[in-house]
Amino acid sequence: MYNNLKILYHQGKQFIPDVTTAKVPGIFRGRPVISLVKVDESRLQATCPTHAISANPVSIDLGKCTFCGECAMAFPDKIQFTTDYKISTNEREGLIVKEGDDQPIAINPEKVRKEIHSLFGRSLKLRQVSAGGDNSCEWELNAANNVQFDMGRFGIEFVASPRHADGIVITGPITENMAEPLQICYDATPDPKLIVLVGTDAISGGLFSGSPALNRSFLDRYPVDLYIPGNPAHPLTVINGLLDLTRRSF
Amino acid sequence: MHYLTIKNNQPVLVKEIPVVSYMAFLILNTGMVSESTARHCVNYFGYKEGNAIKLICCIADDTDHQIYVSSCLVETGNPYHSFSAKQLCFEKFEREIHENFGIDYSDHPWLKPVRFSHDRFDKNKEIAGYPFYSIDSEELHEVGVGPIHAGVIEPGHFRFICNGEQILHLEIQLGYQHRGIEKLFLDVKSLKEKATLSENIAGDTVVGHATAFAHTWESLCNFQTTPDIDFSRTIALELERIAIHTGDLSALCTDIAYQLGSAVFGRLRTPIVNFMQEWCGNRLSKGFIRPGLNRFPVTRELADRLLEVLDTFEPDFTEMNVELSNLPSALSRFERTGVVSTEDAITIGVVGMAARSSGLKRDVRNSHPYSMYPRLNHEPVVKHHGDVYSRVQIRREEVFQSIKHIRELLKEIPEVSPSERDNLLNPGTNLFTLSLVEGWRGEICHAAITGPEGELLHYKIKDPSFHNWMALALAVRNNEISDFPICNKSFNLSYCGHDL
Repeated sequence: MYNNLKILYHQGKQFIPDVTTAKVPGIFRGRPVISLVKVDESRLQATCPTHAISANPVSIDLGKCTFCGECAMAFPDKIQFTTDYKISTNEREGLIVKEGDDQPIAINPEKVRKEIHSLFGRSLKLRQVSAGGDNSCEWELNAANNVQFDMGRFGIEFVASPRHADGIVITGPITENMAEPLQICYDATPDPKLIVLVGTDAISGGLFSGSPALNRSFLDRYPVDLYIPGNPAHPLTVINGLLDLTRRSF
Repeated sequence: MHYLTIKNNQPVLVKEIPVVSYMAFLILNTGMVSESTARHCVNYFGYKEGNAIKLICCIADDTDHQIYVSSCLVETGNPYHSFSAKQLCFEKFEREIHENFGIDYSDHPWLKPVRFSHDRFDKNKEIAGYPFYSIDSEELHEVGVGPIHAGVIEPGHFRFICNGEQILHLEIQLGYQHRGIEKLFLDVKSLKEKATLSENIAGDTVVGHATAFAHTWESLCNFQTTPDIDFSRTIALELERIAIHTGDLSALCTDIAYQLGSAVFGRLRTPIVNFMQEWCGNRLSKGFIRPGLNRFPVTRELADRLLEVLDTFEPDFTEMNVELSNLPSALSRFERTGVVSTEDAITIGVVGMAARSSGLKRDVRNSHPYSMYPRLNHEPVVKHHGDVYSRVQIRREEVFQSIKHIRELLKEIPEVSPSERDNLLNPGTNLFTLSLVEGWRGEICHAAITGPEGELLHYKIKDPSFHNWMALALAVRNNEISDFPICNKSFNLSYCGHDL
C-alpha cells in the first residue's frame, strides 16, 4: 500500500489541463505556412515524395502530405511547418494550404450535420477500423486515451462493437482485403453515424494511392464528416478535431 | 561450393550466387539448419527470371557471423518436395512462394495462402474463403475473432478450437493489411519515395525498417556510412526499443487488469516518444532515417537533453518494475502462461525478443553487427522459461540495457560529416544484397536485387513477425482462452509488417 502511494506520488499530475491550448515540445511539423517568395516550383514539387505540392499558386495538400519536412528543408524561405496541430476539418478542400495564407484550418459550421451537435455533443462512442493502417495512427489513437491526453474526459471513447458506436474512425488506405469487413462494420453501426478519416493514408491513400492492392470505393459511397491529417495524426490533432466537430457551441 | 558466404550488408553479383538443382538446393538448406541450432533461415523467396522462378535461400549463422546464400530455378507444373517436410521453419516461406507463383509441393504439411496478395497466382482463392483447420467433434467449440478486433489494433482473423475454456488449437489468418508494398518499392522511382515507403512498412518499427532500407540502399550504391550517421541510427533504434517495450509492459498490465501498472508504464512511454519529436519532429520517428543522410545530427545540447530524459525515466521505471515483480496476483497470471519451449522455438525458427525468451541467443546486434554495435559489444538478454513472464523480463531488462548503451554512446559524439548524397542515385548493376537489423521485435531482413541498369528488380521485406506468429499459435495451446490477450500482447506481433 505504502509503495503504491509512493508510486502515485512520484508520477505527479500527468494530464494536460487544457488540450485546446497545449504546446507541443521541440520540433513539430504541423500546419505549414507558404511564403510568397519565388522559387523554382518544379524543383519544389519534385522534393515531395507523395506529390502533395502543386504549383501556381504553390499549395500543399495536407491530405496527401506525410509531414516528412523534405520541402521545408530544401526551401526554408518558402515553406515552414508551424507547431499548429489543429489541422482537422470537415471539408476536403480545407486541407489545401496555399501560398500567402496563414489562416487556421477549421471546421466549416455550415457543413456540420445538425444532429451531430445535439446527439454527440456530450458523448461520442467510436468504432475504429484499421484498413491497412501501419499501426502508427492506431498507436496515436490509443495514446489519445492515455493518462496525459485523456480523451475520455470529453465523453469520447472507442468501443468494441459497432452496435454500440456512433460512428467509425478509419485509418489506413483501405486495402482490398479490408473493403468488405469495413462495409460490414459500417452497416452494423446504427444511424445516424459519423465517418472520420485519420491519417494521410486514409484521407488520400498517401504513398499507397497507386497500389492495386487497395479498394477505396467505400469512400465514394458515403460522405466523410471529419478529416484528421497526419502521419500519424498527433493525439492533440485527433482530440481537437473531434471536439471541434461535436461541441455544441463554436 | 553450392552456396555463397556473405556478411550483413555485403553486396554481391547475382551471378556469383551458385544455381544448383532443386534436390541439391533442398538438401543443402535443410541440412544447414538441422546441423546447428545456431542457424536459421532469414529469407527464402522467389522472383521471376524469364519463364522460370528463381528461388534464393539465405541461412544465417548466429555464431560465425556469416550468411549462406544459394539459389535454384523452378517452374510451375510438377510438384516439388518441400523443405517444410524436413524442417518446419521453412513452412511460411514455401507457402508464400506457392501463393505468389503457383509452385506446388507434394509433401508440404499446410499449403495455404499467406496474405492473399493482389498479384497472387490463383485469384480464385479469396480471403473470405480461408480453409481453417477444424475438428469434427460435438464436445469442442470454435471461437472466431476478427478481422476487426475489439481494441484499436490492426485486423487479422483468429480461429480457436476449444475444449471448454481450454485452447486446443489456434489458427491465425492474416493478409487484411496487404498494401502491395514490395511492388511499390519497384514502382516508385525516387529514392525519397522509397525511403518514405520504408517508414510506413510498420509504424511501430519506423526506425528498424527505415534503417534496414537505408542499409540495403547504401550497400547497393557501395556507400560507406559516416560515424555520425551510424551514431544517430543506433541511438534511435535503442530509443524505439525503450518506447515500445515500455508501452507493451503497460498493455500487459492492462490485460491482467492491473490499473496502476497500465497507467504508469503507459505514461512512461510518453517522455521517450516526445523526445523523438523534439529530435526529429515526429513521435514515431517518421522523416528521420534517410539513406546516406544524417538529417538530425546529435548535438551536445540534444545529448544532454536525452540524458536528462533518461535520468528522470529510469527511477520511475525501476520503481514500477519492482512493484510489478513483487505482486503475486500479477506473477500468477504471467508465470507458466503461454510457454514456447526451446525445442519449439528452434523448430519454427523464432527470432528476436521471442527467441531470447525461449533460451535462444539470437540477436542480430550480436550475431551480424552493424552501425555502432560492434563497439558496444552487445550481449543479448536471454531467458529460459519461454513464458509470458520471460517476455516481461526480457522487455524490462532490454530497456535497462538500451539505456546503458545510449549512455555509453553519448560519452563521445562524432563530428557531423558533409553529406555526399549524389553517390546514392546510381545503385550498382546486377547486384544482390541483404540487410539484417535487430528491431525491437527482432530480426528485420530487407533483400534487394538490381537489374542491368541498376533498377530494382525485386525487393523483399521480412518482418520478425513472419516467423513469430506461429510461436503465438503454439504458445496458447492448453492455456485458458482468457489468457489469450496476455499471450498475444507479450509478443505484440505486427500485422502490417507481415501482410506488406
